[in-house]
Amino acid sequence: MQSLADLGAILPELWLALAAMGLLMLGVFTRRNAARVVFWLTIPALVAAAALVHGQAGQGPDRNEVFGGLVVIDAFGDFMKTLVAVGAVLVLVMSRGVARREGMDRFEYPVLVMFALLGMFVMISANDLLSLYVGLEMQSLALYVCAAFRRDDLRSSEAGLKYFVLGAVASGMLLYGCSMIYGFTGTASFTALSGLLAGGDPSPGIVIGLVFIAAGLAFKISAVPFHMWTPDVYEGAPAPVTAFFSIAPKVAAMAVLLRVMAGPFAGLFDEWQQIVVLLAIASMVLGAVAAIAQTNIKRLMAYSSIGHAGFALVALAAGSAAGVQAVAIYMAIYVAMGTGAWGCILIMRRQGSRTEAIADLAGLSRNHPRLALCFAIFMFSLAGIPPLAGFFGKFYVVMAAIDAGLPVLAIVAVLASVVAAFYYLRIVKIMYFDEPGEAFDSPPGREIWPVIAATAAFTLLFFVWSGPLLDSAAAAAVALLPEAADTAWNATQR
Amino acid sequence: MHDWPLLSIAIFLPLIGAALVLPIRNDDRERAAANARWTALWTSLAVLVVVAAIWAMFDPSTARFQFVERAPWIPAYGVEYYLGIDGISLFLIVLSALLTPVCILCSWNAVKLRAKEYMIAFLVMESFMIGVFCALDFVLFYLFFEAILIPMFLIIGIWGGPRRIYSAFKFFLYTLVGSVLLLVAMLTMYSEAGTTSIPELMNADFGEDLQLWLWLAMFASFAVKVPMWPVHTWLPDAHVEAPTAGSVILAGVLLKMGAYGFVRFSLPMLPDASEFFAPLIFTLSIVAIVWTSLVALMQQDMKKLIAYSSVAHMGFVTIGIFSFNQQGIEGSIFQMLSHGVVSAALFLCVGVVYDRIHSREIARYGGLVNRMPRYALVFMVFVLAAVGLPGTSGFVGEFLVLIGAFQANSWVALLATTGIVLGAAYMLWLYRRVVFGELLHADLKRIADCNRRELLCFAPLIAAVLVMGIWPDPFLDAMHASVQQLLAQAAR
Repeated sequence: MQSLADLGAILPELWLALAAMGLLMLGVFTRRNAARVVFWLTIPALVAAAALVHGQAGQGPDRNEVFGGLVVIDAFGDFMKTLVAVGAVLVLVMSRGVARREGMDRFEYPVLVMFALLGMFVMISANDLLSLYVGLEMQSLALYVCAAFRRDDLRSSEAGLKYFVLGAVASGMLLYGCSMIYGFTGTASFTALSGLLAGGDPSPGIVIGLVFIAAGLAFKISAVPFHMWTPDVYEGAPAPVTAFFSIAPKVAAMAVLLRVMAGPFAGLFDEWQQIVVLLAIASMVLGAVAAIAQTNIKRLMAYSSIGHAGFALVALAAGSAAGVQAVAIYMAIYVAMGTGAWGCILIMRRQGSRTEAIADLAGLSRNHPRLALCFAIFMFSLAGIPPLAGFFGKFYVVMAAIDAGLPVLAIVAVLASVVAAFYYLRIVKIMYFDEPGEAFDSPPGREIWPVIAATAAFTLLFFVWSGPLLDSAAAAAVALLPEAADTAWNATQR
Repeated sequence: MHDWPLLSIAIFLPLIGAALVLPIRNDDRERAAANARWTALWTSLAVLVVVAAIWAMFDPSTARFQFVERAPWIPAYGVEYYLGIDGISLFLIVLSALLTPVCILCSWNAVKLRAKEYMIAFLVMESFMIGVFCALDFVLFYLFFEAILIPMFLIIGIWGGPRRIYSAFKFFLYTLVGSVLLLVAMLTMYSEAGTTSIPELMNADFGEDLQLWLWLAMFASFAVKVPMWPVHTWLPDAHVEAPTAGSVILAGVLLKMGAYGFVRFSLPMLPDASEFFAPLIFTLSIVAIVWTSLVALMQQDMKKLIAYSSVAHMGFVTIGIFSFNQQGIEGSIFQMLSHGVVSAALFLCVGVVYDRIHSREIARYGGLVNRMPRYALVFMVFVLAAVGLPGTSGFVGEFLVLIGAFQANSWVALLATTGIVLGAAYMLWLYRRVVFGELLHADLKRIADCNRRELLCFAPLIAAVLVMGIWPDPFLDAMHASVQQLLAQAAR
């Protein structure tokens, strides 16, 4: 029974879909405390999904294509799905208390997150332009609703609408690119495409299709020049939602970008490398420079995420297994330090309402020394200062770029990271050097502390023992670059 | 005891001390501060004992790395936790371990605000400083090298003077720009040679063109740290705004990391490029010596004056390193140690009067000898050492460097000598204006002489200056073998 085995391969996705629908029903028919019940059932459901992902694929380059090649199960997908699920769980746990206080205490929110996660899982495992598009749209639609979740709030509605309109344009571009590719090759399957395009020297139609697909995905990872929505949506969306936006969808979109570029388009490396290099440089520079003038912490984090996306693209531009591994490590570290930093931002509440001005952090080290210490750790890590985890993210990316013979790109990257260090330092300066202002309210919910503490410990102690993460990232990289599609890829190196 | 991981102990002991200080409760501010101070002091003294034991067991007859510890760290990339010292790094570790307790002691009463965090910052910094000089793996070295920025940034920014924020940012960003280029150079070397082990990289052969680029990237990092003219401008700012102990560490140890980088990396790993760029180094160093000496002459602020004199003195160090001969390099290392002790002590001297009058302006003082005879004596010892009077450590270092420079290029030696004359001018003039003359200012008439704690700070430094000046042999002996090997590598 081929189809039953196929169903077994997508067990995590099945479980997520069933659990999300079940919880939706439960939420509708529970009279009292629906939000709380659904929320606390969502967490174990997501953890179970992550557990199901784990050990799905064998180690190394084993690929298991199911449903006639629509979906692929491999170590790369496992790694990225685990990351996405972990990020989602951490953010959900943190946002529980905040949601309660900020008028988001409705059972739909965790359910929407689950649906978004389902979409991400599907797109990460996609082995066909069609399944890629379905997964991407599924997560996007759930996220549009999340952005506008506080529907009575003008900014939140605006953010949702903006995200929807611009996101729809991006999806349109992606879809157009897919149709171009299909039209010129006659197939949408990644496996078939990688064989067809392996020789390089593509027809113009294929190149146009490639550019459109790259543009659509660049929008999702908010790489410059497709970043315009990011600061506005980050600022407008409710803080817990923004925290979620900056972690899981970013990782998923980056995973898809890797999958597409390293899979079907591996043969077009020369074509897309230029695009990726340009996106990377523009994102890093703009992310670093534009963040300097920000006064709102959410906007600042938006530009920070743009810069980090650019940094990850540097490793992709290397176009090697080391590069893929570096992206995987970078994303894992980014999930930890990003989640932690957002946890600290979620605590920023004063007299019952949210404050978002960076200046409100003044003197945090006196009022809340532990919070300030954690926040400082995340900021130094985001700036890439050793011995914190962020440095190692930077380290492997630059290493991949240099190995691939891109020293100029590497130098631009590290110099942009110095500019970016300025605004991260500014936050440390405001917390530690300025005179204290009014204290924040006590943290919304006890759940937030373990998450911040755990991510801070990870960020601080990553350097001691990074072996397991490196190994699984290496396995992911090997799985993504199977021998067949790998020839043109390797030939263009060095 | 030879089997003990003494270097690891020296690196991690301060971190353990910092971890002990961290949970001290802040309920009773006075008691918390006292507990933090004592814990920090005992920790740093324990480190000093460990380092002294390392020195005692050090075998000066060999150029091999000693006290080696190796363990896999990031096995996928062959990066190791690899420690070891030779005659070049030994004394820099001793210097770090000596200056930290002095720093803690000299901030005993001066730092009231957040004393606990202050002590943690210094202990963490001590750990990183020792780590930089012990590391024999490039990644490990880089980790310590850049991590030092964090505690120093906080020390300047939290406990500094009125323009502390500007200075802290300038310090951090200036150094970071250099450091990230070093990172690129390091990864390029890894990509070429396939290893990050420093002893192995010393034997690696890089192509001529590549050497030039690598050298320039490293130069960007080390020249900022040393600092060499014209990238020295962060130093006066950082020194002026940093608290006394911050200046002591900055001048005493952090500047040496740049020069150490030249000796450890540029010379043996990139010998052709080092030779090619030696004239550049000579030019910049001579400009530094003459120009910053002249600038120092005109300073109104004591700390700024000493900061500029540091730039000039470090100019001698870089000249010595790139003279490519035994005397020059040994003189440089000796000068690093001497400058580490002397400039640190001079900043302490400024700190003593600053604690009392809260001004660093030279014009604000005068006639201190009438009220503070002990202080005047201590200050004089260090002023003379900075001038390079025979019998003090400053003389030995500068003399050896000049001998080395003369063999390399007599014009360089000639021009560098003017720095000694100018140095005597600004130091002695500073001393005259602060210590001699009439007691003009009313508040100076009640100023108290050095107390016992302050004298305790100065005592080891005075001893070091005199011992190194009168009997430099044990220091030079320990360097001989290592420097000879370095020269052999540089002459490849």
